[in-house]
Amino acid sequence: MARKDWGLLLLLIVVGIITAILNPRFLSAVNLLDMANLIGLFGIFSIGEGLVVITGGIDLSVGSMFSLLGVVFIDLLVNRGMPWPLAILAIVAGGIVLGALQGLLVTRAKLQPFVVTLCGLLIYRGAARYYTTDATMGFGYTDDFDWLGWLASGRSWGIPHPFILLVLVAVVMGVLLHRSVFGRYLFAIGRNEEAARFSGIRTGAIVTGAYVISGGLAGLATICLVFYTDSVSPSSFGNFYELYAIAAAVLGGCSLRGGEGSIIGIVLGTALLQVLQNLVNILGIPSSLNFAVMGTVILIGVLADQPVVRRAIPSLRSLRAASTPKPTRVAP
Amino acid sequence: MSSPPLLSLLGISKSYAGVRALEEVSLSVEAGTVLGLIGENGAGKSTLMKILGGVVQPDAGSIVVGGVAHDTMTVAEAARAGIAFVHQELTVLDNLDVAANIFLGREAVAGGPLRLVRTKRMHDRARPLLQRLGADFGPETSVSRLLIAQRQLVEIARALSVDARVIIMDEPTSSLTLQETDRLLQVIAELRASGVAVIYISHRLHEVKQCADRVVCLRDGRVAGELGHDEIEHHAMIRLMIGRELRSLYTPPRTPPGGELCVVDRLVTSAFPGRHVSLGVRRGEILGLAGLVGSGRTSLARALFGVDPVLGGEVRLAGERVEVRSPRQAIAQGIYLVPEDRKREGLVLDMPLSENISLASLRRHARFALVDRDAEQATARAQQASLRIKTPSVAVHAATLSGGNQQKVVLAKWLSMAPRLIIFDEPTRGIDVGAKGEIYALMRALADDGVAIVMISSDMEEVIGVSDRVAVMHEGEISGVLDRADFSELNVLRLAIGQPAEHLESA
Repeated sequence: MARKDWGLLLLLIVVGIITAILNPRFLSAVNLLDMANLIGLFGIFSIGEGLVVITGGIDLSVGSMFSLLGVVFIDLLVNRGMPWPLAILAIVAGGIVLGALQGLLVTRAKLQPFVVTLCGLLIYRGAARYYTTDATMGFGYTDDFDWLGWLASGRSWGIPHPFILLVLVAVVMGVLLHRSVFGRYLFAIGRNEEAARFSGIRTGAIVTGAYVISGGLAGLATICLVFYTDSVSPSSFGNFYELYAIAAAVLGGCSLRGGEGSIIGIVLGTALLQVLQNLVNILGIPSSLNFAVMGTVILIGVLADQPVVRRAIPSLRSLRAASTPKPTRVAP
Repeated sequence: MSSPPLLSLLGISKSYAGVRALEEVSLSVEAGTVLGLIGENGAGKSTLMKILGGVVQPDAGSIVVGGVAHDTMTVAEAARAGIAFVHQELTVLDNLDVAANIFLGREAVAGGPLRLVRTKRMHDRARPLLQRLGADFGPETSVSRLLIAQRQLVEIARALSVDARVIIMDEPTSSLTLQETDRLLQVIAELRASGVAVIYISHRLHEVKQCADRVVCLRDGRVAGELGHDEIEHHAMIRLMIGRELRSLYTPPRTPPGGELCVVDRLVTSAFPGRHVSLGVRRGEILGLAGLVGSGRTSLARALFGVDPVLGGEVRLAGERVEVRSPRQAIAQGIYLVPEDRKREGLVLDMPLSENISLASLRRHARFALVDRDAEQATARAQQASLRIKTPSVAVHAATLSGGNQQKVVLAKWLSMAPRLIIFDEPTRGIDVGAKGEIYALMRALADDGVAIVMISSDMEEVIGVSDRVAVMHEGEISGVLDRADFSELNVLRLAIGQPAEHLESA
């Protein structure tokens, strides 16, 4: 784990301890497992977002993708009677296709990632609402999908399945980002795309790959999210979730300039965001302050990581330096 | 000619990190005269101009403008003193109209908190300036619709609008047609007649001859000599530009170079779409590629490496035609580039040495698409040892190394693969003397292993001292190829400024 990741873990533990002291209910099994469930749901697509951010891009479309893929998913299962394994495949494939389209627009048409994915955000949301004539879609009173529901949002040995899925995704993506040729190329492109191209790397294909993965993971997350809420209301489902993902990535050490970040950092960033939400609920802070608390903590976290500020806080620096001896950027 | 100088430089010296760029340079220019400033690449002309513009502060000496001496000058002071620039790269903004460019930063505004721009008044003020320059466009024209020569007039109008008393023109004709050049020379004559002093920097000696009243030549950061109006002629100017003893750096090849490995046949690059380049590089030789800055050397290198598109002609490698549409394809053919701007194009500065060295050959250091770190480290250490890269470990970031060691890392990236043709673009720029020698030795060792080497260089000592043959480029074309017997600074320089080859003297 890199120095940043240790710092984040420390912050997570400190926030956890403070919350636990103020309200011991924080550490109850029910609360912890609820949080784990949410960390799983949000972590899966935040990792995809992180990969895009590492290339120096951004993906604003994931929240709307959930809505579009979500209504299609329910439609396929409920109205068209598609077997569930096929439906899952179709949704993940749908995410991959949308991601690939966005990636090609960024790399081939040389459009700015912000613009491409902003248009995606608007188009997918609009398509979802049109598709359902703005009506909420659900599974009705049938119990045909109970088994699938258990798979996507149930628990085994008490552990929520989304969390287990996140661990699997994080391991696979951790190996991909930190051990594979593809991951190395992502970092090289994020730090210096020109030098990467001059080294013979097909930068366009690699960057497109990051958008494809982001889309695919968004598809996977859609399935869990649909069963978490049990219905999809196309105008609100997944609203702002792209911002949670970007926040988790930034909090987790990804720089929006590209070339920095780690999977473990993104997961810890997601966890910290959920703990903060939980803190707001459990301490009886008005829930209207939810976003304000998150924004403040992200701001402090990012600020504390600025070289200017780091130099100004020698005590913090020695604390961070002491926590890890080796400044590699690589996860365990 | 007895009028006091409008601008004088007295004993200006400037060093960059221990390297002397200017030493005790003194020159002066009177009102209503044109001073030609000549010198080779790196002679110190641009440093001198930066000092005049207030961009760079001199270490010693003073600048006297209109009788007032300055030890240092800021950009604002230079502008206030009436010094204005017309740059080689135009600095007009093409999203604005002509008048807005002329008065940029000094817009005519209405009073009040909003300070609204009074467009009409600016147009009215710009019109006489443009008329004075004989411009065929009005102040309301959008700059995006103007030709380069017209944009240059906008820059000159901007200089006139601040009542500039000294206008410095840095290679103003480098992208102008012959007609446009004539027009500019007329404008300069008119400026001179109206009492403006002009410093005219150019490699085009016939233009200098045409417009200058006096010529000052810089060489290695010193004033090499001055020529009065009657003495200005090609031969005298060239003699001033060269004329130093060159140290011999030459190590002959172990065996005579073999046959031609790479043949460039009528290659058209995007920088000079109307010209073409033909060139052959032999196995085992170092071919120096000389020429003035902007003569098309880097464009040729970028085209060969697949960075810039090839618009026509072909490249043959060992007799076979090769297509290089991307660096990836060039690398697959064994054509490698050590780029001029190593920090931007050669290295990922925030990455460890080992990862930089393996970046181009990562797939060979991987099993099942996973990086084999042990193999990667082993390669990096082997390259570190054989190139003698000075670093505590291969895990440090490339940004922490000195220029020479960074250059070795760029080279290590390619040497861990199988090179056939390596193009070095300014391989020793910003590198200290000791490391330079090591880079030369590495190039020679590669050539002796049968690699064909093209070395682009603006350093005359390097071109003459290291190459087995020298090809010289002039405005997008090869103006001549010299064998070692014909090597001399004079010959290279003549070819570089486009003098026909029959003028060549045997050295």
